[in-house]
Amino acid sequence: MTPLRVSIIGVVASALLILVVLELIRGRRLKERYALLWLATGAVLLVLSAWRDALNTIASWLGVTGYPPAVLFAVATLFILLVLLHYSTVLSKLTDDNVELAQRIALLEERVARGLSER
Amino acid sequence: MTASPALGRIVAVVPAYDEADAIGRVVHEIRSFDPAIDVVVVDDASTDETASVAQSHGAIVLRLPHNVGIGGAVQTGFKFALAEGYDTAVRLDGDGQHDAAELGKLLAPLERGEADLVIGSRFVDPGGTYKPPLARRIGIRVFARLVSLLGGQRVTDTTSGFLALDRVGIELFASEYPHDYPEVEATLIALKSGLRLSQVQVEMRERETGSSSITFVRSLYYIVKVMLALFVASLRRYPRLESARR
Repeated sequence: MTPLRVSIIGVVASALLILVVLELIRGRRLKERYALLWLATGAVLLVLSAWRDALNTIASWLGVTGYPPAVLFAVATLFILLVLLHYSTVLSKLTDDNVELAQRIALLEERVARGLSER
Repeated sequence: MTASPALGRIVAVVPAYDEADAIGRVVHEIRSFDPAIDVVVVDDASTDETASVAQSHGAIVLRLPHNVGIGGAVQTGFKFALAEGYDTAVRLDGDGQHDAAELGKLLAPLERGEADLVIGSRFVDPGGTYKPPLARRIGIRVFARLVSLLGGQRVTDTTSGFLALDRVGIELFASEYPHDYPEVEATLIALKSGLRLSQVQVEMRERETGSSSITFVRSLYYIVKVMLALFVASLRRYPRLESARR
């Protein structure tokens, strides 16, 4: 069985995660696009923390007989991996976009400079 | 037909991504509605000939260096309108679904000084001919209800990208416009900023070329993203823009 205290802490922590993410979006420090995975993480952890029977059942399916809250950690880890992987793809695209921008500016600068010197 | 001089200088903002087959006609139709309207095609890093086709039909073309999404593209046009001192801006899609012949209807409330933002809606008149598939109809209606509730004014079509703005509207959207799937949230932002919104009945054409960018996974993302954006926007404060009215 999951100790009650673990469930309470799980609920508080995941609710806090959701609130912090929402506040970051409201303050325009986080775009909805990049907040969705965090909100999904918070929602899943909240459900698994609050719905103790579900956590115990899933733990027994997975063969985790000793300590069901271990499933909470596993799920949290999985979601953090997903978020990180997602961010790596975002970062890669940003890198490409940034190179493209730098190249466009270099070409533009050369054209502007040539235009100025021809006058 | 020509737009009234009361509207000042007018710019038409047309976002386009891979619309080489449609963009020429779109530009041509706007120019034949009123040759005095400057057409600005914002090419969202198309992989086809969209930019050169638009240019050859007499449009001013802004080419984005990489794809920034429809909202970012449209906002580029509004920033251009603001920087170049236009008094009125209209927005039409690059795929030809918005009929430039209906621009007169869209501009009329601006001309009378009754509105800052006019949206071409498919659902003002219950007898309108646009009958989308059930799922889409429900989606459109749910968003309209939500925006009406949060914004305090009844809105019938929040997913329409066919709109006209006065200078106050241009200023707002140049500084504040969502980057992906922007229309629903932008309507709420306009209402919360105190813009006077007016809706006119328009018909939209089925798209003739290309395919709609909405697939199943994207629709899911669309719904979740827009819901989240509406929820968060309803918690935000927006500076009221009434004082800026002419």
